Amino acid sequence: MIETPHVDWLALSPTLALLGASAIALLGAVTVPRAALRVFSVAVTGVGFVVSGVFAGVVFDRSPDPTVLLSESMTRDQLGALAAIVLAGIGLVVVLVSWGDGRKDHVGEYYALLAASGAGMVFIVSASSLMTMFLALEWFSIALYVLCALDTHRRESLEAGLKYLIIGSFGSGVLLFGCALVYGSTGELGFSAIREATGADDPLFVTGMAMILAGLAFKVSAAPFHMWTPDVYQGAPTSVTAFMAGATKVAALVLTLRILVTAFPEQAEIWTVAVAVLAVASLAIGNLAAIAQRDVKRMLAYSSVSHAGFLLIAIAANSDDGATSLLYYLIPYAAATVGAFAIVASRERELGRPVSIAALEGLGWERPFIGVGLWVFMLSLAGFPLTGGFLGKLFVFSAIYEAGWWWLVVLGVLATALSLAYYLNIVRALYMRSGEVASGTVVAAGGSPPRDLLLDGAVAAGIVVTVGSFFFVQPLVDLARDAAASLPL
Amino acid sequence: MLTTLLIVVPLVAALVVWVLPLSAESTAGLALLGALAEVGLWVGGARNFDFSSQEQQYSASREWFSDLGISYSVGLYGFQYWLVGLTVVVGAAAVGYAMWVGRDRPRAYYGLVLFLVGSLVGVFSSQDLLLFYVFFEAMLIPIYVLVGVWGGPRRVQATVTFVLYTMTGSLLMLASIIAFGISQGTFELADLGTSSNDWIFLGFLAAFFVKAPLLPFHGWLRLAYTEAPPEIAAILSGVVSKAAVFGLVWIVLPHFPEPVDDLRGLVLVLAAATLVYGSLLAFRQPDIRGVVAYSSMAQMGLIVLGIFSVNDLGLDGAILHSVNHGLVSAGFFLLAGMIETRAGSGEFARLGGLAKGRPALATVVLILGMFTLAVPGSSNFAGEFAILAGVFQRGWGYAAVGAAAIVLAAMYALRLISAILHDRRAGGSASEPGDLVGGELALVLPLVAILAVLSAWPALVTERSFPLDQPRSFIAGQEQAP
Repeated sequence: MIETPHVDWLALSPTLALLGASAIALLGAVTVPRAALRVFSVAVTGVGFVVSGVFAGVVFDRSPDPTVLLSESMTRDQLGALAAIVLAGIGLVVVLVSWGDGRKDHVGEYYALLAASGAGMVFIVSASSLMTMFLALEWFSIALYVLCALDTHRRESLEAGLKYLIIGSFGSGVLLFGCALVYGSTGELGFSAIREATGADDPLFVTGMAMILAGLAFKVSAAPFHMWTPDVYQGAPTSVTAFMAGATKVAALVLTLRILVTAFPEQAEIWTVAVAVLAVASLAIGNLAAIAQRDVKRMLAYSSVSHAGFLLIAIAANSDDGATSLLYYLIPYAAATVGAFAIVASRERELGRPVSIAALEGLGWERPFIGVGLWVFMLSLAGFPLTGGFLGKLFVFSAIYEAGWWWLVVLGVLATALSLAYYLNIVRALYMRSGEVASGTVVAAGGSPPRDLLLDGAVAAGIVVTVGSFFFVQPLVDLARDAAASLPL
Repeated sequence: MLTTLLIVVPLVAALVVWVLPLSAESTAGLALLGALAEVGLWVGGARNFDFSSQEQQYSASREWFSDLGISYSVGLYGFQYWLVGLTVVVGAAAVGYAMWVGRDRPRAYYGLVLFLVGSLVGVFSSQDLLLFYVFFEAMLIPIYVLVGVWGGPRRVQATVTFVLYTMTGSLLMLASIIAFGISQGTFELADLGTSSNDWIFLGFLAAFFVKAPLLPFHGWLRLAYTEAPPEIAAILSGVVSKAAVFGLVWIVLPHFPEPVDDLRGLVLVLAAATLVYGSLLAFRQPDIRGVVAYSSMAQMGLIVLGIFSVNDLGLDGAILHSVNHGLVSAGFFLLAGMIETRAGSGEFARLGGLAKGRPALATVVLILGMFTLAVPGSSNFAGEFAILAGVFQRGWGYAAVGAAAIVLAAMYALRLISAILHDRRAGGSASEPGDLVGGELALVLPLVAILAVLSAWPALVTERSFPLDQPRSFIAGQEQAP
């Protein structure tokens, strides 16, 4: 009889739930009749994300101390569990948004891939060795490449898929090379084993670390590794964009935090500076480029680049407060971003063409609920009080200030001032009509489309989280602090 | 508890007005009811408010974000009670005016106005630095939309300029707040110590000088005050600018004694320059709102002179003058709106000779004009006198400039009065009908009545703003410093 290692099924349960949902959705794609396929797939994936979130909650509850599993291929801890809960929430909302897509073909595949990529993300936030990290990264990335290109009748979608595939693979290649260098110089794969293995600052080792950071920066879409972001966000189906902007960022940032503080604490002097440089570049490029955009999805893409900057500041703090503020800020950020893309998706369906800022004109008066939603999301992304985005920025800034980097606070504040120009531009379009309508832009004929209750529900959830995280900040921060405590900070 | 009520009542009213699908009239009525309830609360609270106490009153405190030492902490000292009073009175007048005019999209409109009033009350009653910032920023949200949707022809430019100016100032203040609060470990104003860091100090000044505004930061003023709906311009110039007064008196002076001492000269020069420059510009404006806008800027310069003289007289005068100026400029903006609806424009070229056959209008304009030029016996005179006496102790030059500015104020106020009421111009509106009617008088007369009471008894405010040594403890420290 072969000795098998003990498998902690509970730690794997959030991932397995989504994998199961993905498999069932895939089976359904060929067995369930066309008429019922959409209902079936949405129900299966929706339940999958809920079950995954619940399991992650149980893991969070039962893992006060981090446990390393299977020769450090993954860690069962509250950090991974909290991130998995957030990811499951994002996934569920995206499923709700996808309902009204009006997708004619690849219905089953769409939902199966969504669940599969969610499973990869839920796994990667607990990954704690170079091998599992790379596998999980490819796992969710490949699913996303396909999702981006799923609208085969739209050239933009194919372009997005191809661009994401090429640039994403390049990023993965850099990451993999970095992993190889680190493994070569230490002979270890596990994050904490790497930490213990290093003594001197081997140049190969440091190069490897830099390449790992660069590879992750591709996924985080931090400048200067953000080149793919605007094109892919713009071309991909909007609900997929929502998922990428929300979930990929959460997964990649939590992983970045985990690997940097677990595997490379000795090199903190190097990587904190590197992360700060990435953050500053993202803030500058993201905000300046966003101002010039006329397409809402492109604008939100650059906004997500700039938010990568804000969130990386939290990692650069390299402190307990920094990790806590990152985990807190991800919650209102994800809610506002996914909510904003949901609204763009709804407008897109209504108009039947890409949503420019001009196409939002008067939306606030025509659809008060959607208008207020987008208003709240923009205010949160801009960091206005009464939304969680404000406290997130405040918390991040105070963490980096305590780390002694006051100039990052000043830069962050200036970036925020710059970002108002484009966020408030959206609010302006919503409520303040320019008066004249350019010829040939009047589209909405034949009355308003039927109300999409699931999408409204998604927007409502976004509003509740965005505003709720402002008023009930302390309970959320307590959770985030518990989660951050699983890191060796 | 009362303070919380004063904040929450308009916010809840805003939500109710916005959500309930009522007719335009009922929406306006409901909003007015909310605004009047707020005034009632304030008056009721005043009866039990111990103005001679050094303690914070009606205070409430709740844990909010304890990891950073931020709490919901509100309460009122004497001078804050007056600023809140100014807010609720002007707020009610503004809602009444909007009801009188009948605004489009009433649910959104009244909701936003009430939201603005609630956040202003929050600004004036915060006892936590970060809570103050939250309200300070929150009030921009309604202003942005109120000006941008219901304003005049150049409303979008006006509102964007206003928000970009103020947000840049506020965000610099946010950086200062973080640096100050984190290094002290708390954001509670009462627990915060002092700081001698000039940069942190300048961050706060940036926000408050834009808000006031002082001289180089006033680029937003003319457009915002001209393009906003009259009642919003009334709130902007009457109340929102006083957030700067509150910030300077309650945040900057007590917590930055050394920088205040070092940079006082610079600030006083800026304030005096604002006073003169604003007065001169007011004299040259071609329309009512332009005159009131720049006169408002000049008066803010005077108030800052009073604050940065950092002594009893100057501070008392600054608070009294804040209340006076708030009421006068709010009254004038409402009047400007009333005249504009009659004449179709507020440009002097198309006005003139309105006194004939319109006794009520003529009387109200004349009275408010007299207050603006601070005729002896008016509460404005008392306020300006106290400020000038205060700043005289810092240097006779500032007092001389201030006194000269009173002459300038007389010039622009008299020009305003005669341009509206007396000069007859070709194509003027003298032949068109319309004295002020009951509804309009009901809005303006209460403001005038309050001013009359303050004129008779200015000590009502001055002796009840800073009882005994609150916050004179820090002033005493200031005066001992060389």
